[in-house]
Amino acid sequence: MELDFGPAVRDFRQELRDWLADHLVGEFAEHRGVGGPTDGAAWEVRLAWDRELSAGNWLGVGWPREYGGRGLGLVEEIVFEYEYARANAPYRATVNALDLLGPMLLKAGTETQRKRFLPPILGVEELWGQGFSEPGAGSDLASVRTRAALDGDQWVVDGQKVWTSFGLHADWLYVLTRTDPDSRRHKGLTMLLVPARQPGVEIRPIRNLAGQDEFAEVFLSGARTGADMVVGEVGEGWRTAMATLGIERGTTLLPQQLGFEREAEALIELARRRGALDDPMLRGRIVDAWISVRIMRTTNLRTIGELTAGRTPGAQATTAKLYASTRHQRLGHLAMELAGPAGQIVGEDYGLDTRQRSFLLSLAETIYGGSSEIQRNIIGEQLLGLPKEPRP
Amino acid sequence: MDLTFSEEQDELRKVVRSFLGKYSGEPDVRRLADDPRGYDLVVWRRMAAELGLQGLAVPEEYGGSGFGYVELGIVFEEAGRALLGGPYFATVALAAEALLRCDDERARADLLPGIAAGSTVATLALTEDGGRWDERGIGLTATGGPDGWRLTGAKTYVPDGHLADLLLVAARTPSGISLLAVDAGAPGMVRTPLATLDQTRKQARVEFTDTPARLLGTEGTAWPVLERTLATASVLLAAEQAGGAAAALDAAVGYARIRVQYGRAIGSFQGIKHKCADMLVEIESARSAAYGGLWALEAGDETEIAVAAALAQTFCSEAFTKVAGDNIQVHGGIGFTWEHPAHLYFKRAKSSEVLLGTPSYHRELLATRLGI
Repeated sequence: MELDFGPAVRDFRQELRDWLADHLVGEFAEHRGVGGPTDGAAWEVRLAWDRELSAGNWLGVGWPREYGGRGLGLVEEIVFEYEYARANAPYRATVNALDLLGPMLLKAGTETQRKRFLPPILGVEELWGQGFSEPGAGSDLASVRTRAALDGDQWVVDGQKVWTSFGLHADWLYVLTRTDPDSRRHKGLTMLLVPARQPGVEIRPIRNLAGQDEFAEVFLSGARTGADMVVGEVGEGWRTAMATLGIERGTTLLPQQLGFEREAEALIELARRRGALDDPMLRGRIVDAWISVRIMRTTNLRTIGELTAGRTPGAQATTAKLYASTRHQRLGHLAMELAGPAGQIVGEDYGLDTRQRSFLLSLAETIYGGSSEIQRNIIGEQLLGLPKEPRP
Repeated sequence: MDLTFSEEQDELRKVVRSFLGKYSGEPDVRRLADDPRGYDLVVWRRMAAELGLQGLAVPEEYGGSGFGYVELGIVFEEAGRALLGGPYFATVALAAEALLRCDDERARADLLPGIAAGSTVATLALTEDGGRWDERGIGLTATGGPDGWRLTGAKTYVPDGHLADLLLVAARTPSGISLLAVDAGAPGMVRTPLATLDQTRKQARVEFTDTPARLLGTEGTAWPVLERTLATASVLLAAEQAGGAAAALDAAVGYARIRVQYGRAIGSFQGIKHKCADMLVEIESARSAAYGGLWALEAGDETEIAVAAALAQTFCSEAFTKVAGDNIQVHGGIGFTWEHPAHLYFKRAKSSEVLLGTPSYHRELLATRLGI
């Protein structure tokens, strides 16, 4: 199935395809498909690739021109993500700032903040880490305890963040803090932009189960940032954070799931080589894996269709994550089973192949961005209108 | 390519839902389940006269309104939601589609206008005692002679076969599989209604002894026509299944919101809430499977249609049964009673699973079509 949005977009698509064909070569081509939302592999190469993309003016396709973007629309952004995934280019090292912080600043930031921060994001000159989760506040962000207080014209921040995506490389952090010490739950939170390279900030890597240190824990002890570094209103950080997380839908899921389709194709190929297609039980599971990725795609196209038509996406936009994460894990188990004992052998320094990496990292998909249990609560309460659990 | 519904299509859904809400409520469904005919003639005629549902996707030249498969899919989704009984599926998804696909302009001009007008109830007789939906399952023979074609043999599990005015019969002739039309009053045809688990969808066994029939198209060329008809019907059935599943979830959620246990609504317990959430995930995925089929039909890419249809039938069959079963669980003991409608959906789900071939059959079809 091809996305087709008419002649103007067809030109854009062709330009992009040509550019990718010319530039996705050499070391970049060798790192096709490398990286992922929880995968820090080949960081330097991917960073260089992002700079290549930046030089081609391909970062921020939908961002306004005044901040260095292309000033195009949602449709072009979708086409970009789709073609990018089709080319299987390396996972972008700057995806965090591009997909979360940038849209947040465009939506809720001040003009000064946009002018200050957006161009260096697109130029890959400043890298960002996300500081939402805490040891006591994972899925339950309303339990955030990191405190910030005004001291003259500066905020002073104390606390600890964890699972900070891209934290190790961050020049700046966007941090959800509690600015009203007497506040409870999601009231009294404030979104702050905090320089990462200062004495009050210590960043330590966390090694994930695939052996990589993509995310980090961040210790803030008297870290300082300017009073003008609040995104949105003081005390309204919850709303700012939620608006940011809401942006993740559809456009970011589509490319990820094109990767899943590629894995399904590889799985079928492997099964064919190993003669597993003659086994009726395996055959049925393989077909089900294929069905899963096809359904993910159609679900996404429904959401994208609604977004581009200016409509509010339907329930499928919310159920898509739970379905995709669960089914992708099942696909991973099947791929490992088909690989047999040889699939258990890793390279030097716990070097993983694509299948092993994807299988292990898929375990995080039912945790990050709101765990499956949280997703079920959201679906039950917000989409189906079921009553909330009483809070003690 | 537009993978969303237009305002007009949303409007069609509203109109159909409101109509079926009036005429296919639970009392109607139960009454018709007990009625051997299984449908209200008055409602059937209003479906045709007021909404044009029988001829929705029939081209205007044959008396229909010439809408596409997406519109038709919306109607089937709503029909599934309302557990619409009677010969709508047999007439529209099977018979009208087979006529549209067969290479016989005269037959189309003769037979489709009656279907579109609601004056002809029609069906497709394909399965035999072996219960198969493939070419090799067809054993009934048709013999050509100077005074026309004659059928001898038996068909069974024929949807609404006991009451159809027109039966399209798949038969074997010396040159292969052929499609023949038989009128209700044809001599040598004996029709016996079958007692079925799902009483909302009637089936019959039909025996033919030297029964005169009209050959449609060219002798021996009908299998591709039938295969394509089954693909379309599979997608429309998938839409119906998605609609039925959505109604089952609505019932579960409605109950979980008001039923109090241990001092609070059971829907506030994660055990129930998460089950309902999983039901919605199944339903939205089933919708994607069914809509993907509808869009493929609309686009007319034959390879894609074959794949999308088998996918839709595999997934939606299992999803509807799962969700309809979960609905009974959410309702607890009351959901297990004859008086509660939950079993009507569960039984419809189970009968739909085998109506056009089992999920395993469609899974294998899909594997073959994908070259797996």
